[in-house]
Amino acid sequence: MSSGIEAQVLQPYKYGFVTDIESDVVPPGLSEDVIRLISTKKGEPEWMLEWRLKAYRHWLKMPEPHWSNVTYGPIDYQAISYYAAPKQRPKLESLDQVDPKLIETFEKLGIPIEERKRLAGVAVDAVFDSVSVATTFRETLARQGIIFCAISEAIREHPDLVRKYLGSVVPHNDNFFAALNSAVFTDGSFAYIPKGVRCPLELSTYFRINASSTGQFERTLIVAEEGSHVSYLEGCSAPVRDENQLHAAVVELVALDDATIKYSTIQNWYPGDEEGRGGIFNFVTKRGACRGRNSKISWTQVETGSAITWKYPGCILQGDNSIGEFYSVAVTNQRQQADTGTKMIHMGKNTRSTIVSKGISAGRGQNTYRGLVKILKGAEHARNYSQCDSMLIGDKCGAHTFPYIDVRNSTAIMEHEASTSKIGEDQIFYAKQRGLSAEDAVSMIVNGFCKEVFKELPMEFAVEAQRLLGISLEGSVG
Amino acid sequence: MTEPYVRDFQAFASNGAAGAPPWLREIREGAIARFTALGFPTMKQEAWRFTSVAPIAETHFTLPGSRRPQLALRDVAALSALGAGPRLVFVDGRYEPGLSSLAGLPEGVQATSLAEATRSGPRGELARRHLARYAPWQDSAFAALNTAFLADGAFVHVAADTVLAQPLEVLFLATSGTAVTGAGGPTVSHPRSLFIVERGARATLMESYASIADGLQWTNAVTETVVGEGARVELYRVQREGRNAYHIATTQSRQERDSYLGLHVLTLGGSLARHDITTVLDGTGAELILNGLYVLGGSQHADHHTVIDHARPHCASHEFFNGVLAERAHGVFNGRIIVRPGAQRTDSKQTNNNLLLSTEARADSQPQLEIYADDVKCTHGSTVGPLDQTALYYLRSRGLSPETAQSLVTYGFAAEILGRMQRPDVRERLDRLVRAGLA
Repeated sequence: MSSGIEAQVLQPYKYGFVTDIESDVVPPGLSEDVIRLISTKKGEPEWMLEWRLKAYRHWLKMPEPHWSNVTYGPIDYQAISYYAAPKQRPKLESLDQVDPKLIETFEKLGIPIEERKRLAGVAVDAVFDSVSVATTFRETLARQGIIFCAISEAIREHPDLVRKYLGSVVPHNDNFFAALNSAVFTDGSFAYIPKGVRCPLELSTYFRINASSTGQFERTLIVAEEGSHVSYLEGCSAPVRDENQLHAAVVELVALDDATIKYSTIQNWYPGDEEGRGGIFNFVTKRGACRGRNSKISWTQVETGSAITWKYPGCILQGDNSIGEFYSVAVTNQRQQADTGTKMIHMGKNTRSTIVSKGISAGRGQNTYRGLVKILKGAEHARNYSQCDSMLIGDKCGAHTFPYIDVRNSTAIMEHEASTSKIGEDQIFYAKQRGLSAEDAVSMIVNGFCKEVFKELPMEFAVEAQRLLGISLEGSVG
Repeated sequence: MTEPYVRDFQAFASNGAAGAPPWLREIREGAIARFTALGFPTMKQEAWRFTSVAPIAETHFTLPGSRRPQLALRDVAALSALGAGPRLVFVDGRYEPGLSSLAGLPEGVQATSLAEATRSGPRGELARRHLARYAPWQDSAFAALNTAFLADGAFVHVAADTVLAQPLEVLFLATSGTAVTGAGGPTVSHPRSLFIVERGARATLMESYASIADGLQWTNAVTETVVGEGARVELYRVQREGRNAYHIATTQSRQERDSYLGLHVLTLGGSLARHDITTVLDGTGAELILNGLYVLGGSQHADHHTVIDHARPHCASHEFFNGVLAERAHGVFNGRIIVRPGAQRTDSKQTNNNLLLSTEARADSQPQLEIYADDVKCTHGSTVGPLDQTALYYLRSRGLSPETAQSLVTYGFAAEILGRMQRPDVRERLDRLVRAGLA
């Protein structure tokens, strides 16, 4: 891992994730009082509280959606604690005390020894935990006028910016889980890139998610002003043991004229055990608005974790000549279920979108691609290309493709292609005959299958993603 | 909105269809109960997202009265898709023996009315075994309504190892209450067909729908087809009802081991058309070609929902649907391929291409794959776009006028579908209808 990335990610408590206030725990349940309490604890202005309450009141009236191609038991929203201090794990003295299974995984991912300690909750030595590294990093950004901080900090420090953009892409009443998030969100990041600035670093929440304070209701807002450029990384390839069952995050991106936002995700949350017990429900609303001319938003995701993944990162292509991209790899093994895809809404002239989705099902996994490409009347000469490929490993899994295509402009050109097939037995045979183990062969074939997506990832992520895929599919063949 | 139909059903059950056998009456009672429970679908339902049946639900369509329009054989020939040859003719779903002609059918082929076929005897037993056993009247309000009013329709039985060389046409003509009799409100007919092609037999069948008058009318058709082991069937379906017609149809087929079904669908007419096509590949080695074309203009709306259900291993299905959408037309295509657990070695391909000829035209396309087996090869593709500018440029550079170039490229797009029709004589007739539709 390059030092640049390390520098960015080594700032565990920098953004106020462990503070004295947050050591309180609110008893489970959701009511207007709980929302008021969250808002007070966060020191939020009045308008923010009003917004939360508006979202909550709307949420109460919404029915819980069940149209996705996944099955799960009922969720008790009153059993969730909506404001809890990050769980403090007992500090361990050395790596010897860590679960050997976890160490083995780190080994396979090739995570540096110092990082392993941090991931496993081992006390990290002082040099590594140096505050100065993070400070330097933040200064670099500040010199360029870039704001990158926790969303709660942004609400206090930059209320005008937040107020202008928060909820402008995903409104408080957008959908059931977005409304819930709007009412109770506590964590998340805010990034603002001023006019004409190209962000010198890849912004990342890598370690913060990795620390024990995994946000259950995260809210991320990224605003790229005219002519700016930013790349943002979210998530972590290391396994995260988290006890929150329901994760309902909201991510909003705003790109103005000539701006580019690249958003990459690696998600490897706890998928539950072999029988599908436990595991995270990952119900996320992610949407980007290409507001300006020639703007571009690119989503790249590698989804290997969670018991259930249900998300559709989308782009609203408002500005003329704007571009939306979606590259996705979703893996389901054991009893995992994924219903994921994208939405591309073409509004401006000459808007273009590209969708490349790779689904891999193994074990008893069920993998669904669901996507919408909508070309509105005014989107003259809009262009879309979609490709959805599914690979099946084993005869108990399923792969499903449900694209929705709605074209209302005759000058638009839209193409969709999908294929589903079994992993090539002759390819495995060939690799084995050359001395590779069945598992290595599968890993190699799968990585080749996903290459188009991996090449969109920032390099460090791409390397880890490949290893991660190998681990996720362990035991699926032979 | 369902009550008027329940009242009509009670009247229908007590007089018009009292002669039906008990098993059929039982099915009808069950079907009207299902219709009442389901109600008319709304756009909130996923399968009806893009098609509103409010114009149908908000009007009370009555069953046509006993007064029949006077038709000459010559008129029928003009409305028939094939023009000549053996045919069964129905007016508002009722068999018209005087207009039908069954000369030249080989031994082993029975073509008659369902009213006749459901009477007792060996034929009645056959109808009982198959009728309403496949069409999804438990889940579809329209199929349920058709089944509730099931009294007549087409019955074709091709015995094992029989070859029906000449195409047999089943022609359904719809009248309009006001236009024909000068009295009464808009009318509905519920055409029903049952085609049984037994083991090793071969048949070419044509199912066609046309309007006698251009008034407000609703056709709610259901067709059930059984293709026996090793049988080969070419089934053509042409819908060219009037521009004021609502056409709702359900086509349900079941294929047995090693059978072949070529199902060719041509949708030209109706202001609002919806066609649900479901084929179950229920025996190993079965093969299906599902080949469709919709040519729409004005403010026509046509919605095709197809389901290909691979229930057994080693089956192949190839589906092609092309749509030509001019003026304010709206074409909807939803194609679902299901590969059931254990249906290994499935080979399935689906394509939907849409041509938009005007800025007001609209296409919605939803190809879907649902796969529960691993050793499969499944693909789908879908496109929406305008005419290829380079193709037009090429033709114009050869001296063709812009209009000629455009109509040539458009025809070529439609001809892809026509080219897959195996009977040259039928293809030629349908080619003429398509050209007329494109003009």
